Amino acid sequence: MDASETILSVKDLRVRFRTLDGVVEAVKGINIHVNAGETVAVVGESGSGKSQTMMAAMSLLASNGEATGVVDYRGRNLLTLSKSELNQVRGRRISMIFQEPMTSLDPLYSIGNQLIEPIRRHRGLGAAQAREEALKLLRLVYIPDPERRMKSYPHELSGGQRQRVMIAMALANDPDILIADEPTTALDLTIQAQILMLLAELQRKLGMAIVFITHDLGIVRRLADRVYVMRYGEVVEEGEAEAIFVNPQHAYTKMLLAAEPTGIKAPPPPNAPVLLEGRNVEVTFKIGGGFLAGEPLILRAVDHISIRLKRNQTIGIVGESGSGKSTLGRALLRLLPSDGLIRFGDRDISAADRQAMRPLRRELQLVFQDPFGSLSPRMTVGQVITEGLLVHEPILSGRQRDLRAVEALREVGLDPNARNRYPHEFSGGQRQRIAIARAMILKPKVVVLDEPTSALDRSVQKQIVELLRKLQADHELSYLFISHDLAVVRAMADYIIVMKQGKIVEEGPTEAIFSNPQATYTQTLMAAAIDVTRFRLSA
Amino acid sequence: MTDIVATAPAVVGRSLWGDAWARLKANRAAMFSLYYLAFIAILSVFGPSLVPHRYTTIYADYVRMPPSLSAYPKPDKIETALNEAIKRMRVDIKQWRQEDNRIFVTVTSHKPIDDRNVRYLDRSDAFDNTKIESKSADGLEAVMSASIRQQYFLFGTDNTGRDLLSRTLMAGRISLAIGLLAGVVAGVIGVLYGAAAGLAGGKVDEVMMRIVDVLYSLPFIFFVIMLVVFFGRNFVLMFLAVGAVLWLDMARIVRGQALSIRRQEYVQAAEAMGVGQRGILIRHVIPNLLGPVVIYMTLLVPQVIILESFLSFLGLGVQEPMTSWGVLISTGSKNIGTANWLLLFPAFFLVSTLFALNFVGDGLRDALDPRDR
Amino acid sequence: MLRYVFRRLLTAIPTLLVIVTMAFFLIRVAPGGPFNQERGLSPEIKANLEAQFGLNDPLWLQYVHYLGNLLRGNFGPSYNMPDFTVGELFARGLPVSIQIGASALILALLLGCLLGTIAALNQNKLADYSVIALATAGSTIPTFVIAPVIQLLFGLTWKLLPIGGWGDGALLNKIGPVLTLALPQIAIVARLMRGSMIESLRSHHIRTARALGLSDWSVVVKHALRGAILPIVSFTGPAAAALLTGSIIVETIFSIPGIGRYFVEAALNRDYTLVMGTVVVIALFTIVFNLIVDVMYAFVDPRVRYD
Repeated sequence: MDASETILSVKDLRVRFRTLDGVVEAVKGINIHVNAGETVAVVGESGSGKSQTMMAAMSLLASNGEATGVVDYRGRNLLTLSKSELNQVRGRRISMIFQEPMTSLDPLYSIGNQLIEPIRRHRGLGAAQAREEALKLLRLVYIPDPERRMKSYPHELSGGQRQRVMIAMALANDPDILIADEPTTALDLTIQAQILMLLAELQRKLGMAIVFITHDLGIVRRLADRVYVMRYGEVVEEGEAEAIFVNPQHAYTKMLLAAEPTGIKAPPPPNAPVLLEGRNVEVTFKIGGGFLAGEPLILRAVDHISIRLKRNQTIGIVGESGSGKSTLGRALLRLLPSDGLIRFGDRDISAADRQAMRPLRRELQLVFQDPFGSLSPRMTVGQVITEGLLVHEPILSGRQRDLRAVEALREVGLDPNARNRYPHEFSGGQRQRIAIARAMILKPKVVVLDEPTSALDRSVQKQIVELLRKLQADHELSYLFISHDLAVVRAMADYIIVMKQGKIVEEGPTEAIFSNPQATYTQTLMAAAIDVTRFRLSA
Repeated sequence: MTDIVATAPAVVGRSLWGDAWARLKANRAAMFSLYYLAFIAILSVFGPSLVPHRYTTIYADYVRMPPSLSAYPKPDKIETALNEAIKRMRVDIKQWRQEDNRIFVTVTSHKPIDDRNVRYLDRSDAFDNTKIESKSADGLEAVMSASIRQQYFLFGTDNTGRDLLSRTLMAGRISLAIGLLAGVVAGVIGVLYGAAAGLAGGKVDEVMMRIVDVLYSLPFIFFVIMLVVFFGRNFVLMFLAVGAVLWLDMARIVRGQALSIRRQEYVQAAEAMGVGQRGILIRHVIPNLLGPVVIYMTLLVPQVIILESFLSFLGLGVQEPMTSWGVLISTGSKNIGTANWLLLFPAFFLVSTLFALNFVGDGLRDALDPRDR
Repeated sequence: MLRYVFRRLLTAIPTLLVIVTMAFFLIRVAPGGPFNQERGLSPEIKANLEAQFGLNDPLWLQYVHYLGNLLRGNFGPSYNMPDFTVGELFARGLPVSIQIGASALILALLLGCLLGTIAALNQNKLADYSVIALATAGSTIPTFVIAPVIQLLFGLTWKLLPIGGWGDGALLNKIGPVLTLALPQIAIVARLMRGSMIESLRSHHIRTARALGLSDWSVVVKHALRGAILPIVSFTGPAAAALLTGSIIVETIFSIPGIGRYFVEAALNRDYTLVMGTVVVIALFTIVFNLIVDVMYAFVDPRVRYD
């Protein structure tokens, strides 16, 4: 195949959506081309229009969307094809995989059924032959025991397996182009690496071009031949991957490249007092059970964990989904019932009830992952921030509370004039600042940060990390920083605990863990993080 | 930025309620329905005292009169009415004429004519102000005059000669009042019960919801009829009771909402700040519950109105001479062959009101819960 | 699955018992008795009748007797229609009610699903608005208005259908009642179907199906419709129970000899056995249809597993 042959070119593509607030232009006349067999990355943060560009090319826009321009695939404008002509291209010549492996497969049909359908449709094979093909595909994407899996339903598969099945479906008819829309974003780190490895291997074997849509520059770095950087519906920079990374031209690209959190956190002095301590903390959940329902299932989410958080220390708790890291954070704040000993300062709070905990709450604060869910939608920002003062400093007058709100908002870098606005009027990053202000207004000693940056764009993540660092320095705070993102943890924490299935796998000072991980699981995790950034798809 | 700026009045944001109101105002069907409902409500409240006929007055001469924009009695009916009244006097008509709005009739008899005979003319719905103009010397012949009573029956009259317009408006008053009353009763019980279950959670919630399940599987009509049997025909008491039956859906909705609000991160955040149960209830749960409750109330009120009409239709609800749309429709459906206006007018009022309530409810739902853009 | 069905039937027994008990004592507490209304009954005859039906026994004994009879499938004699037992009344009335109700249900499901799907596929277009208008009308206009209007139009004005009566089950006699009963249900099903179909069409796996170039037929019928049908399945349970046990309104207005009419008459006349019989039948239908629906659900949705 001629590597320089252009097989897909997008010319002056515009995508508009009719909404209640008028027409919104999501993509504003962009040009993109894809050569045979190469890997092209389209990079951008949320709202950049990167996904809508490819949705438009595939005629998959939501019903209120409309695309103009030209999407030329081997001389045919996909935007003007009839539906049946289009369906000769989709799934046959150009295929697509999506971010949501959990919902992208039809939950009501078996894997085999769903795999066989596009094969039969595009190649006109008989049922038995198509079944053979489907089995071959499942083996190609390394699904274990494919015969049995053919009969499985999507809910019986793990997230990674579902994404593999999705890839198998997309590649069933040997397409020219595979569009991968954030295919690894919803997956755990180790699974991400496996999926990327699989895509690289399949590209070597089958030779299709891959269009990689992603917000993660780390993935792009070694994976793509060429990169398009998008912002606000426009391509702000394009070029060879190496060139973009070594010598970015546009300010936005530079900002994105610099957005990876950097720096390290110095450990607290050895004689710093221990503020929060847990010894053999255990949290169990009972699932099911009850009248006629049989024995309940006991799930040990946190399994005998001990932890000592000193003043001005940041302990990073790292683990994949389901590792029990969030549960541990909540248990230490006595927001969940737990067994074992928990001490705050020199007080044993293991058995403290709501009433007894209330005065301590102001010193033990919590910041959540989702800045959209953690702010009450019917309260103004001022009310949200000062709610804790109502409990802990009831003598304050309304005006004094207002002043404190102004102070807190300024401290987290928000315009205090916005305090009478409502949360839905703010962006994700601003909301997270509000959530932080709500915790800081009480002048706490310990703050549990539960994935505070995971729902945010990289560039915003960096700002939040810097804000948290500044607040820690100003107020001698102790952080429990819960995250699955190794890059952020490395920048934030001076001590790290690695968790898996409720247990501590490994713990130690940050640099020691990163430079010389002992446990196999930690090594896998580190390798995955590096693999994800090292992978190169095109041969 | 300086310190002065910080204490300056802050920008006022638009709350979700503000957003919802703006969206509702932009919804033409909902706003029109809102005005229409207000119109019907005003008509039902003040109408019955403004129309010339009381809803209980029986005009024996005007049974089943079709609706008409012109006044009764119709010219051709004047003579019939006159003949009937004169016949009751047991005298004979010699001649009669009409001058403007008055009729003059000369009657003869073989016995002297009693002056009190004028009451027979007054008693007729067609005439009043009867006078003896002159009388012959022997008293066997008299000239009486009476003015023609002009009456309007815009919606016609019913089987017993009552004005359908005043009855329809009165029925509206009753139906709307019952809808509101029982709706509020059901709403309050449902909200309290559902909120209690949702907030208590655990075993208490399980038991409370089990009770709701059992009540659900009891035939609904059975309950209502039992209530009728117990409370007899006292419709206020009865509809309090009906309200007490209709709370089940509301309880389920509120309980589900309360449970989901409790699981929201902003409630966890408040708990992590040490906010007590009361504070969480007042500042977080109730404001966020209000939307679904308002939406469901707009569904509940028409449900009650339909239920009332349904019971009245069966003869179990409002009793004569008091009336409601259900009572009127019931009468109407029994007379469709001979007097279809008895069905059509009340049915139009009921159905148009239900439509309007429906549109307002849809509008509120879209306004308060705009996820489905 | 069998175990699940068995367990559900087992848990239905206490539910049924609670319902029967509540109904039994509620109606007994109500003032009046079955033989109070009948004028001209001399006190001796009344006492005789009450003794004959065991109405003078202590209430708990009557309750135990009733439960015993019920277990043997005996609903007892009707007090107000002394020539019949309650069982016989049901044997005559239930088939009529079921015919009308089942026809209405099937009509509503077919037409409602069709209209709802058409509306969803043409969202915010003329077809959609027409279906919405129809559904709004159908779910807003009460049956006691629809029925006389149908009589007025089809029976009196155009003389296409008989005004009422059963006519030994003649097809023409059934059209009016079935239509009246079906219209509101069509409206509900169409609305439900439209909503769930729109949601289904928006789901990610439909996007996948389109991205794979599957035909419209496969996308809509195989993938979208099957998921969208689930809320309809849940709806069918209670709806079937309600429709098949007869409608007071429809049977009264169209003079149809179903069992829907019994209940109100019986309650007002304190025909205890007939009231109780009706309650039991309705409760049984509700329980059985909800069970059937839950089992059907498991067949449509492989994620639902009962064990």
